[in-house]
Amino acid sequence: MGVAAGAVLTLGLTACSGGTSNDNKDTKGGGSSAAAFNAAVGKVFNPSDKKGGVMKFAISADWDSTDPGDTYYGLSWNLSRLYTRALTMFKVAPGQASSELVGDLAEGLGTPTDGGKTWTYKLRQGLKYEDGTPITAKDVEYAVSRSLEKPTLVNGPTYFDDFLDLKGYRGPYRDKGKDNPAIDTPDDRTIVFHLKKPFGGFDYFTQIPSTAPVPQAKDTGAKYKQHPISSGPYMFKSYSAGKGFVLVRNPNWDQATDPNRKALPDEYDVSIGVNADDIDNQLIAGTYQVDIAGTGVQPAALSRVLGDPTLKARADNPNTLRLNYTSINPNVAPLDNIECRKAVMLAADKTLYQQAYGGPLAGGDIATGLMPPGVPGFQKLNVYPSGPDNKGDLNAAKEALQKCGQPSGFATNMAYRAERPKEKAVAEALQQSLGRVGIKLTLKGFPVGDYFALYAGKPSYRDQNKLGLMTNSWGADWNDGFGFLSQIVDGRVIRATGGSSNLSVNIPEVNTMIDEAVAETDASKKNQDWAAIDKRVMEEAVILPGVWAKQVALRGTETTNVFVNDQYGMYDFLAMGLK
Amino acid sequence: MPDDHSFLEVRDLKIHFPTDDGVVKSVDGLSFSLDRGRTLGIVGESGSGKSVTSLGVLGLHNKRNARVSGEIWLDGTELVDAPPETVRKMRGRKMAMIFQDPLSAMHPYYTVGRQIIEAYRVHNDVSKSVARKHAIDMLGRVGIPQPERRVDDYPHQFSGGMRQRAMIAMALSCDPELLIADEPTTALDVTVQAQILDLMRTLQQEFNSALIIITHDLGVVAELADDVLVMYAGQCGEYGRATTIFERPEYPYTWGLLGSMPRLDRVVAERLLPIAGAPPSLINVPSGCTFHPRCPYEPLTGGLGRTEHPELVDAGGGHLVRCHLPIAVRRRIWAEEIKPKMEGQ
Amino acid sequence: MVTFIIRRLIGAVLTLLIVSMITFGIFYLVPRWVGATAADLASRYVGRTANAEQVAAAVKALGLDKPFYVQYWSWLKAIFVGQDVNTGTAIDHCPAPCLGYSFIGRNPVWPDLLDRLPVTASLAFGAAIIWLLSGVAIGVLSALRRGSVFDRAAMGVALGGVSLPIFWTGIVCLVIFSYGLGWTAPGGTYTPIQQNPATWAYDMILPWITLALLFSAAYARLTRAGMLETMGEDYIRTARAKGLQERTVVTRHGLRAALTPIVTIFGLDVGLLLGGAVLTESTFSLPGLGKYAIDGIIASDMPKVMGVTLLAAFFVVVANLIVDVLYAVIDPRVRLS
Repeated sequence: MGVAAGAVLTLGLTACSGGTSNDNKDTKGGGSSAAAFNAAVGKVFNPSDKKGGVMKFAISADWDSTDPGDTYYGLSWNLSRLYTRALTMFKVAPGQASSELVGDLAEGLGTPTDGGKTWTYKLRQGLKYEDGTPITAKDVEYAVSRSLEKPTLVNGPTYFDDFLDLKGYRGPYRDKGKDNPAIDTPDDRTIVFHLKKPFGGFDYFTQIPSTAPVPQAKDTGAKYKQHPISSGPYMFKSYSAGKGFVLVRNPNWDQATDPNRKALPDEYDVSIGVNADDIDNQLIAGTYQVDIAGTGVQPAALSRVLGDPTLKARADNPNTLRLNYTSINPNVAPLDNIECRKAVMLAADKTLYQQAYGGPLAGGDIATGLMPPGVPGFQKLNVYPSGPDNKGDLNAAKEALQKCGQPSGFATNMAYRAERPKEKAVAEALQQSLGRVGIKLTLKGFPVGDYFALYAGKPSYRDQNKLGLMTNSWGADWNDGFGFLSQIVDGRVIRATGGSSNLSVNIPEVNTMIDEAVAETDASKKNQDWAAIDKRVMEEAVILPGVWAKQVALRGTETTNVFVNDQYGMYDFLAMGLK
Repeated sequence: MPDDHSFLEVRDLKIHFPTDDGVVKSVDGLSFSLDRGRTLGIVGESGSGKSVTSLGVLGLHNKRNARVSGEIWLDGTELVDAPPETVRKMRGRKMAMIFQDPLSAMHPYYTVGRQIIEAYRVHNDVSKSVARKHAIDMLGRVGIPQPERRVDDYPHQFSGGMRQRAMIAMALSCDPELLIADEPTTALDVTVQAQILDLMRTLQQEFNSALIIITHDLGVVAELADDVLVMYAGQCGEYGRATTIFERPEYPYTWGLLGSMPRLDRVVAERLLPIAGAPPSLINVPSGCTFHPRCPYEPLTGGLGRTEHPELVDAGGGHLVRCHLPIAVRRRIWAEEIKPKMEGQ
Repeated sequence: MVTFIIRRLIGAVLTLLIVSMITFGIFYLVPRWVGATAADLASRYVGRTANAEQVAAAVKALGLDKPFYVQYWSWLKAIFVGQDVNTGTAIDHCPAPCLGYSFIGRNPVWPDLLDRLPVTASLAFGAAIIWLLSGVAIGVLSALRRGSVFDRAAMGVALGGVSLPIFWTGIVCLVIFSYGLGWTAPGGTYTPIQQNPATWAYDMILPWITLALLFSAAYARLTRAGMLETMGEDYIRTARAKGLQERTVVTRHGLRAALTPIVTIFGLDVGLLLGGAVLTESTFSLPGLGKYAIDGIIASDMPKVMGVTLLAAFFVVVANLIVDVLYAVIDPRVRLS
């Protein structure tokens, strides 16, 4: 742990607590007001400190919950920073700068002791809820404890369940009155976490909204989402399930305690359930400012945006932290032979894969490994090259087929999510490109809602029904090796009851490498570890990477301080203001 | 305006219907007259133009579909060229019509009383209660028992005969001077038929109206008509007193009509004498005499029947016949061939 | 007449019962028949990260391991007396009528339905009045002027109107009238009538017209056909023979008879729409029952979808009942049978 962590800590402290409270409001990240394509990628578009106005957000489909302890959507983690404050947060800045963690509720990053098994945070002074009551460390403990109650709060991530040394403690609902042995609060401003094993990246966990404080007296369990008690600059004025909510200024938020937020607009109106194409039309017309789904414009608007110079100048094309890929099931013959799997990797036409997702702009870049460029420690891989033009290396594929005893090819099933036209297009593209070497695919569509729970994601089903290839897609929880890879290459996350996004990777060697990377506290060494994991998984040929997804997003007509936050792969909702 | 005119005078009435296949000449030059208190029976087969004529008198043809020419004088008013509003005002009041099927001819959604009241109030500015009393009164006069109850019944709640009586009540509610009955008993049982015919005769005498009975049934004509007009292919074929037509018909088509009538006083062994052939096309009317393709006596005309169209000629005493055969020949054929066969000799 | 109504009422209740059985069967039985286990069904409700223990707990909480007739009975009973729902950590009470309990939203479905119904009702009734008046008027005029330029043009437009899909018409209208010209409200705006009737009407005008366009076209064609048939009836000729003015003949005798099938179809159409005008609500982002059902389907929240299905069935059955009675009122020939 030692020096490196200490250095990180110091940097963090300097960044947050120092004299200039302007660090996160630094508009010198190369911002301008001239509308241009990609003006908000890596830099701030329309920098401004002007306060006021009503920000209008819209989204077509509802997300899991506004309860900070019950949500696992990137857009929700992005948005919840308006009304909650976690212990830490990513720096609110464009480009690489955002990969730095800083203290939010906490004065700075955590202090690891005991080899990284214990982490201590110190809260700032003068923190208050929307009703004026003070925020204490006990509230943070309570928030984390309640997020363990999966039967009630079903949606959130399980990092705390997996890493905290809970000793059988299940949470404040089921173990009423008991104390959480993994978390101590020696005083009102200090909170200590005890882990099962050392973990160098615990600061990444504390930026999850599960650490946003919740007053126990006001915890209404499953109904808390209707009005989470705000610790941030805005609070809930109204909430209508499935329809939307309104946030207004929190009078008890003190700018002096919050160097990370500018809190420019007076009010946020979030409309849920608006027709997706209509949102695009309204974005263009200016009645909504942001589509908070953060996945870009619909196909109908895409050609219009790209074809019209004025609209294109309002568009950005960021990476979205998402890998679209195809899992290759090593439990289904003849794909149990690595050479047959290699044949699949080599014969696939990656340009068709990219086209299926919408081409280079709307779809993304052709992926040659798992982690995309932009992840700290990224190394360019190309374990099984698809030929000079990325259309597949047929000769190499045929050689591999020879080696695995299927010289004229073989037949297998390919699963995809039926309601996703892009995945269907991928399936058809693979059917066509693999067919060139005699690999015949029978395409099978499955319903989106149950794909992971009942079909491709359920080991017994996929093995018994001989699903050799399965389309897949993974958006990283945050932009580092752990956030990207842990849920999709760790064999131990595969559940017999189904539901895991890991459909095909169970390599004992990789599992060990993951444990080492997790315990590693040196940042650059850690990044190298993850890069090595990436390479090892690629060599096993159980994942065929497709595209590193991008989106074409449209800026609002009235918005200021617009930039893409690389940690969320979409516009940063916290920083924006209005003209 | 002609001064010595009958109550109803039709002159050279032509009603043509232009269609995509050609012009249908339903009525092609028809003339007749009728006085108050008298009954005219118009007989003919389907397509002869009987109903079209009656609808023409009432002005019920759609001007877009039909070309009406000629003159129709009703009590001094000419109807063909009159403004539609004038004719409308006369409908129901001066002239009324009874239709063949009273179930379809009356609106199923309104009570009989309501429909009679409506007919009455179109031409008489009275209150609803007065009109209702009148309706009950009319229902009683046409022989419907318990009229004060039945006035609130719907058409489908009446039996066939009662329903026709109700329609007659409706037609007569405004005391029309001309009543046209189009096949009034065709849809009824024979026993009911007799009652209705009886009723009509009584009412005609009571109201002193002119009555036109349109039918293909000679028995009905024999019962009621003073004069008979036999129509064929849109024209008058024979016209005269009823007694004349029945005792001394001179039109071959009329012979056919009489011969094809079943009669109780005929020897059963004798077969009916149907008229050969089918009704002619009204678009391409046969050349010469329109009846010639079906007339067994056409050869006796020496070819005239095929080439020349015969005119209506008075055969004596107002008995008009449209035939090429000389009078003597016709009378001989009637006396020696047709009549004996009909009487079973 | 009274016996007629009572007979129809009993029939309606029976129909609803059968519909409830079929609906329940579709949602709970069919998945089982194709191999899904209770755990599979329960796993929809436990989030992305549940383990086997949590799934088993959910199975118990939802009662998915009980035989289907027990499940059906408790579900049916809940409609009348309410139900206590074990959400895993607390007992929530779902008051009567309990049409279902959404595990994703953690709330009874019925209050949601009540909340959404006014939106759908606003859409349905507003559009209904527009399409009835316009469709019938155009149909009557077309019938009276059969073959004329007006007739041909009107029926041509009607054919187009029936053929154009709502989601296309809706988006195009929004782009032209709301965002282009600024005459009408943008998508997603709805104000309850009790809050501000003027704004309510302004927000609904475009959805009303778009939805009405579709039906109006159909009703124009229907009315035209009905009028043509009616105006050829014998009693029309009789009416004219009585000396009635043509205007009276057309309305009191012709239209009155031609409207009967129109009225009955109208009742059925409105009844169907009350169950949720799915396409219109999605296109205009109106928070009605149809949108609620779609959201439920996307989120795999079965109780929501079931709730809407039952409510929609209820409206259809009631509409059928009303239409049956109405028909007997209008057409006296029906009453005696």
